Amino acid sequence: MTIVQKLAQQVLQQNTRAIARSISLIENETDSAQKESLLDALHSYCGRAVVWGITGPPGAGKSSLLDRFIGRLRRLNKTVAVIAVDPSSPFSGGAILGDRLRMQKHATDDGVFIRSMASRGHLGGVAGATADAIKVFDTAGFDFVIIETIGVGQTEIEVMELADLVLLVLVPGLGDEIQALKAGVMEIGDIFIINKKDLDGANRLKREVEYVLGLQENCTAKSTPPVCMTSATRDEGIDDTLSVITDYLEKIRGNGQLAARRKDRIEKELRHIASAKIMASAEHFLNIDSRLDSWVEDVFHKKVSPYKLLNRKIGEFLKELHWQ
Amino acid sequence: MQNEERFQQHRKEWENATLKKVTDRFPERKTEFKTSSWLPAERVDIPESGDFEAFSEKIGFPGEYPFTRGVQPTMYRGRFWTMRQYAGFGTAEESNQRYKYLLKEGQTGLSVAFDLPTQIGYDSDNPIAEGEVGKVGVAIDSMQDMEVLFDGIPLDRVSTSMTINAPAAILLAMYIALAEKQGIVADQLTGTIQNDILKEYMARGTYIFPPKPSLRLITNIFEYCSKSVPKWNTISISGYHIREAGSTAVQEIAFTLADGIEYVKAAVNAGLDVDSFAGRLSFFFNAHNDLLEEIAKFRAARRIWAKVMKEKFQAQKSKSMMLRFHTQTGGSTLTAQQPDNNIVRVTIQTLAAVLGGTQSLHTNSRDEALGLPTEESVRIALRTQQIVAHESGVTNTIDPLAGSFTIERLTDTIEEQVWQYLNKIEAIGGMVRAIENGYVQKEIQDAAYRYQQEIESGERIIVGVNKFTIQENPPTDILKVDPQLRKRQIAKLAAVKQQRNSEVVAQKLAELRRIAQNSEQNLMPPILAAVKEYATLGEICNILREEFGEYRESIVL
Amino acid sequence: MSKKIRILIAKPGLDGHDRGAKYVARALKDAGYEVIYTGIRQTPEAIVKTAIQEDVDFIGLSLLSGAHNELFPKVVELLRSRNAGDIIVLGGGVIPEADIPGLKEKGIQAVFTPGTPIRDIIAFIESVKR
Repeated sequence: MTIVQKLAQQVLQQNTRAIARSISLIENETDSAQKESLLDALHSYCGRAVVWGITGPPGAGKSSLLDRFIGRLRRLNKTVAVIAVDPSSPFSGGAILGDRLRMQKHATDDGVFIRSMASRGHLGGVAGATADAIKVFDTAGFDFVIIETIGVGQTEIEVMELADLVLLVLVPGLGDEIQALKAGVMEIGDIFIINKKDLDGANRLKREVEYVLGLQENCTAKSTPPVCMTSATRDEGIDDTLSVITDYLEKIRGNGQLAARRKDRIEKELRHIASAKIMASAEHFLNIDSRLDSWVEDVFHKKVSPYKLLNRKIGEFLKELHWQ
Repeated sequence: MQNEERFQQHRKEWENATLKKVTDRFPERKTEFKTSSWLPAERVDIPESGDFEAFSEKIGFPGEYPFTRGVQPTMYRGRFWTMRQYAGFGTAEESNQRYKYLLKEGQTGLSVAFDLPTQIGYDSDNPIAEGEVGKVGVAIDSMQDMEVLFDGIPLDRVSTSMTINAPAAILLAMYIALAEKQGIVADQLTGTIQNDILKEYMARGTYIFPPKPSLRLITNIFEYCSKSVPKWNTISISGYHIREAGSTAVQEIAFTLADGIEYVKAAVNAGLDVDSFAGRLSFFFNAHNDLLEEIAKFRAARRIWAKVMKEKFQAQKSKSMMLRFHTQTGGSTLTAQQPDNNIVRVTIQTLAAVLGGTQSLHTNSRDEALGLPTEESVRIALRTQQIVAHESGVTNTIDPLAGSFTIERLTDTIEEQVWQYLNKIEAIGGMVRAIENGYVQKEIQDAAYRYQQEIESGERIIVGVNKFTIQENPPTDILKVDPQLRKRQIAKLAAVKQQRNSEVVAQKLAELRRIAQNSEQNLMPPILAAVKEYATLGEICNILREEFGEYRESIVL
Repeated sequence: MSKKIRILIAKPGLDGHDRGAKYVARALKDAGYEVIYTGIRQTPEAIVKTAIQEDVDFIGLSLLSGAHNELFPKVVELLRSRNAGDIIVLGGGVIPEADIPGLKEKGIQAVFTPGTPIRDIIAFIESVKR
């Protein structure tokens, strides 16, 4: 048995260290062949876990809410894995991963696995390794896998492509809630949560969210997402929100939306892998790295335009392929 | 009236009114004060001319609004500050020995340090207390430990300061109950409990409950003491730990006063009359090495607080506007390298505190960056205060640096920047919210990071650490806590539980729970009743944990 | 892409003085490491489980209360019992010089006392990283 096969087997046996190591293997990309064979080995066991995404601006209380949800799911005897994504510094490449601080009371619970992940330059609110890490937790038998996004901006839509449902957390008083509404991130939320409901302006925010969602319904086929009110610090509204989530999952499971969403996810994944692989082999065959300098010179001195240059090169490459 | 005459006129008024009132009752230490070479030492110096309005608004006279120059009209000519060394470690027996030693050596007040399990409301037998029992202070599980701690010390003869926050009500109740056993009525007791929970959330970390019930406990203590223990300082609003966490001098004052504002607000909202409790509020600051900045800091703090109490809370009594404070020299300024150098640092810091007009002072021992201080180190630290008091001469003239261009400019600058913070915190919605959303922690952390980076880069020189270093042999005579201590403490606790009437204890705890559930009622009486029956600190805190919930840290870097 | 070094900075015991721990965490981030920070009052059990889940290379323990002789070795012991003895444990805080040999004997690989420049810590990490 190869090392990777052994690792895959240990993941299936829910070995904590093996799960953690597998995720590092995926994250580090030091050996993509190993990574691929690990995921190949796990593939047929995927698809059992329910995947949530939780997103929203910084300071909205995502981790604290998550802490409460974990507590509730554990009471139902469900196991939970969390992937908490924080940004990497664009300057040093380092990161402070602190989301788990708010969930740390679950640290000694064997039914909970929290993994902090740095974005490592990946845009879209998650890390490049998040999608594959979900598969590891899924095959290790966790009932729920929850992704907490970075929560910095309005480009955080990738979580929609990874999760079965997305919780969008908003909070009154941050000043940018209306901006968020206008900018269109509203479309990624399947369920809206107004956290810190005891703050002034919570009810007004709820009305505004409902208003915008109502408008949205008129121009899309999507039905209006529910809007829940919570206070994570006071432990209020959590059970109600959880039953809204359960109902929603029930519904999309029944009407085929869940399967459609998962197929959609696979489609995107295939496209992604395809383009990455084609890109990599094209780069390899075209020998871009070593030729780039002379190409830059040619384009700079107007000897050739970028399109003309690359059309010619790729044409040559394809002809070469044909001959093989 | 000529401007010059107005200065002299006001001095006469001050002498005849404010000063005389005090000297009639408490004469000064000497009939005449002179410098070391027999030059006259004026009680207080004032300008001969200049802008009188600006002078009386900003500087004025000691013992008068805005108290820039000090809260008493005679200051250290009346009596020195209280020399109060924070001590207490291991068992109650050992701490008791140390207290008796310090009292014998001329210390005038006791200061109790508690171990971390006590501070966080766990009994010594709780698994989480492993390794911590008796480490940074004395372990108190029940009244019985208090009885040993103060054995042979009549509580009406000492003033005791207890560094206790989240479970302050419980330790105060034990102290009152112990006094009662000694035959002393509670209204004779003097001392202080720290009782300042807000700074725990942002700096020191010994919180138990969330802010709301914590503020209730504090308000309950204010109310109870105003009636039953009137001479007790019910809170020591502390900037010390904020500074230790790496804040600037401005932040130290700003966040401490913002905490103070929050406590006063809570008490006023609970229906207390501001003048009924404000005079018992006290503060606790840090003294760092930057002598002039520190002196200005203390002066600015007094001026701002007076204004806050007068204008924001409409206090009427002069006492309510006085910022009285304890000082401790800055623990984080001590170096593990060449530890004897710390004696010099502590001396500078002592001067800062005294020239800044402190009411009491703890001087750190030279070896505290290495571990618990030895008896010799503690003695040197106390001697440092005694030398400044008796030999330096800075105590002969009140606020002797007033009028210095530099000191007054620094005082004004600090005041201005503190107001900016106070306004910002008010805009956020008060200190509780500013802590909950991490604003305060971030400000402190950024300052701490900058400070440390300056040391790393060599821009800021710390003698013996990043310059003037030497090869040193590790020190040998460091005091260590007996690792068997926890076992013995657990055995004592078990014996107490065996001997007490457990039925009555259960009743008292049930009563406590009932009152905890009703936010209108004062928690002090049921706590007092429970400790008298030897209910343990952990048992009482557990009831309150169940009713109030626990606070959790939520702010990352 | 090369392997990233991951470091858990943890405060065992009940001590709430986190200035040093937070400074080190932030400085290590600025040096390019991924730092997991879990806050104060962590039990050895929670620290070890966190370290394993996060697949860290190093654990930095910070303590100022004097409980290091009990709590630091406990972390190492638990790591070994969970088959994770390869995770390198470092200590920091107010640690008397006299305690350091004992701690090293029990598997704490380095102890950094107050005043240690961050570059010394980084140099140590770089010299022993896997």
